[in-house]
Amino acid sequence: MLTLTCPCCGITADETELHPGGEAHLKRVGPGSSAEAFETYLFARSNPKGVHFERWRHAYGCGKWFLAARCTATLEVFGTYLAQNAAPPPEILAAIRARRPDWTPTAIAPRDPEPAERPNE
Amino acid sequence: MAEALARITEISGLGMIQIRAVLSETGPDIAQALGIPIPERTGTSLAGARRLCWMSPDELLLVLPRDQVAPALAALAASLAGRHALVLDVSDMRVGFLVQGPSAGQVLAKLTPANLSAMPQDGMLRSRAAQVACAIWRQDEGFAIIGFRSVADYLRALLVNAASAGTSLDPR
Repeated sequence: MLTLTCPCCGITADETELHPGGEAHLKRVGPGSSAEAFETYLFARSNPKGVHFERWRHAYGCGKWFLAARCTATLEVFGTYLAQNAAPPPEILAAIRARRPDWTPTAIAPRDPEPAERPNE
Repeated sequence: MAEALARITEISGLGMIQIRAVLSETGPDIAQALGIPIPERTGTSLAGARRLCWMSPDELLLVLPRDQVAPALAALAASLAGRHALVLDVSDMRVGFLVQGPSAGQVLAKLTPANLSAMPQDGMLRSRAAQVACAIWRQDEGFAIIGFRSVADYLRALLVNAASAGTSLDPR
């Protein structure tokens, strides 16, 4: 069973209280992108065995989206962080490296200069 | 015949006001208008018959007797006038039940995955009861639980069933 700590309200929630939101840190391409690039943005998802960054929503709690870093093979959770982060924060990366020394981050969108405005969640 | 684990009663005359605002900016005004301090994260603060509950980083819920809703609503609207905030009477949106008795915690433990024993005395927990969303806080010798009114019958049946006589979780 997966339990994640919501960074917005600090509650440790069971998987059944959360709603999964798929891969985190996707960056929208375009406008004006090629059809292939947009298709990749829409449909291509990494499916790693190991460290993965995911979006989750605390649906039965505070209702906020947040991000989590976990291992897809062991369900080990390395940490959760606010959805306003465009890339995993340093403490999360450090926590992952402490447990997975041979892990190298791949295909994480570069940090935006300004976090994108988020409409009401 | 064995006794039920807890007494389940619907709370009558329950009023609720939803407040959505940037609490870091409007918190002091809300607290002043209501005469209740803004609760800590996942906490509640109590003043007489009124309870102000922290729902999410930008949402508070004021639980109060139904007949006090109109004046509280007016006071809040006046103090937040011109600000980006929402104040709404949601008394009809939810239903409340009291789960009272020494084993009230067991009744809720059967229904929610949340760890009620970790909830502080003045805390409020938002979770689910079986298949529906709920919020729980400690009241008197047990708990109060609120859920959406559209699933009130389901919630009542859940609670009554979980409190059935002879279903204690204590080791025999």
